[in-house]
Amino acid sequence: MAGALRPKSGPAEPRGRFNRRFVTPEGVDLRLTLGSAGDRAGAFLLDLLIMVAALVILTLLAAWLALSVGEKGGEPVLIIWLLGAFVLRSGYFILFEMSPRAATPGKRALGLRVAARDGGRLTGEAIFVRNAMREIEVFLPLSFLAASSATGDPVQGWVAVLGLTWTGILLFFPLFNRDRLRVGDFVAGTWVVKAPRRALDVDLAREGRNTGPYAFTPDQAAAYGVKELQVLEEVLRRGDKRTLTAVADRIRGKIGWRSSPGETDTAFLAAYYAALRGRLEYRLLFGHRRRDKFDKA
Amino acid sequence: MRPADLELRSHRFRIEREGDWRRLDALLRKAEGGRLGRLTDTEIMEIPLLYRAVMSSLSVARAISLDASLIAYLEALGTRAYFFVYGTRTNLGERLLSFFRRDWPAAVRSLWRETLICAAILTIAALAGYLLVWRDADWYGAIMPGEMAQGRDPMATTAALRKILYDTHGGDGLSAFATALFTHNAQVSILAFALGFAFCIPTALLVGDNGLSLGALVALYGSRGLGFQICGWLMIHGTTELLATVIAGAAGLKIGWAVIFPGDRSRLDAAAGAARASGTAMAGVVVMLILAGILEGVGRQLITLDWARYAIGGAMLCLWLAYFYLPRPART
Repeated sequence: MAGALRPKSGPAEPRGRFNRRFVTPEGVDLRLTLGSAGDRAGAFLLDLLIMVAALVILTLLAAWLALSVGEKGGEPVLIIWLLGAFVLRSGYFILFEMSPRAATPGKRALGLRVAARDGGRLTGEAIFVRNAMREIEVFLPLSFLAASSATGDPVQGWVAVLGLTWTGILLFFPLFNRDRLRVGDFVAGTWVVKAPRRALDVDLAREGRNTGPYAFTPDQAAAYGVKELQVLEEVLRRGDKRTLTAVADRIRGKIGWRSSPGETDTAFLAAYYAALRGRLEYRLLFGHRRRDKFDKA
Repeated sequence: MRPADLELRSHRFRIEREGDWRRLDALLRKAEGGRLGRLTDTEIMEIPLLYRAVMSSLSVARAISLDASLIAYLEALGTRAYFFVYGTRTNLGERLLSFFRRDWPAAVRSLWRETLICAAILTIAALAGYLLVWRDADWYGAIMPGEMAQGRDPMATTAALRKILYDTHGGDGLSAFATALFTHNAQVSILAFALGFAFCIPTALLVGDNGLSLGALVALYGSRGLGFQICGWLMIHGTTELLATVIAGAAGLKIGWAVIFPGDRSRLDAAAGAARASGTAMAGVVVMLILAGILEGVGRQLITLDWARYAIGGAMLCLWLAYFYLPRPART
């Protein structure tokens, strides 16, 4: 049989560009997904917004305090403001990434976290280093930007433009490598992976029972493969009326199904999903993973 | 179809294991919410066991189930649990203690070669700055930009220069001044460190620049017969601050060197290896700069006796060197 020669349960799972093998000490591959450049930029912008908002609040608070305590007590207020601004600029990322979730609020919002590339512990030093590097990735380009717009001297202006170009390379470093490593990640041995919180969805196979009006013949239940099954799962979970109808009609046509009166698309699809999954999982136990409808396994 | 097919194996499997998964999810939520302290001992013991159960569930699910959302759920849960079980969990107090007792001096010691190079760059640049300005005072303007000189330039009268050295500011605004110095210096030293990545050269330039202006300043005061006094003025905080700058530069050099010459490791691994020691050293640099800021902002303004300034500066240097380099009993 041709099926016997095929690798039994090889890498049939779809592997995206950002999926990485990540084997735990228990020998299970977690298949980590890396944060894409868009996610990373979004998280950073969110953090930047929070930082700016915090700075504005801090400044307003300091101004209000300074006004209320008058000339004499202005000094402690200034100290608080200076230290607050410093902690915000240099400590925001470090302190949040040292928390158990290893992520800033922006990263949390996008389901990202920092991890050590070698799979080991994420150490405090690594977090410190990856964020110290932000100085040359973000703040240095910003200062060159400010310099290039502020100066009237053409030579100074050109120097600033050259500086901006050079630091721009550092800023866009993540786009030039496969793992989307920032300079800080590169140096500190870290990367940013997706670790979202997911809720456990209901099992669709429980809802559709292969009984009553929905008794599919083995041939009908074997019309598709794993790929189609998972598309069907997606459609059922999404629950969009028009898609459901279109998919139901397509399947009815393919398996030659004759609808009984009062049959709804959702009920039909749920029943067919259960039947197809039952059939495919049954074959899976015998080592045949039918990838898609063209797979003859 | 036969009745046995009515309930899927993968569905039965899920029903049997689901409780464990939900339990782990709840515990992780509690732990991730920063409420680690609120987990009881039994709950903490439970997490690794549940984690292993989820890992095994994931392997089984991949083999027998075709429910994509179930597998995605288990992968996400397993990932979160993995990071919790194998992540950092020493508390801040313990970490600080081991930082001051072992990690910081050890990290600085491991940078000794780069530290010597940086110290040499700083010394040579300072000598060069000194000699240039000593021979021709016009160099001063080139080395020290106007806004940085703050009135300390060759046009100033000797009396004005002397006044800067012993101005006490009447004790007002000193702590704010110290804070401003610290935040500025810390930002610059972090920059010097970060620049090391760009193949060492910018770091070396920054350290050299520091040395040049130092030399120029000493030469300016020296030419007015205030050499001894300026050294005291610089030394009271300078021994701490310059050592911090040198260590920051050394940490940057270490990373830059590892990127240029990774040896038989990959560039990524070499950089990550170098970053470990230099990151610790950099955290220490920030601590040193806090002290230097206090010494400069408060100590220097209040203590105007030259000998006292020398004594404090010298004592600080001895303390730092002893702390970093004195051999100590091996870790038990």
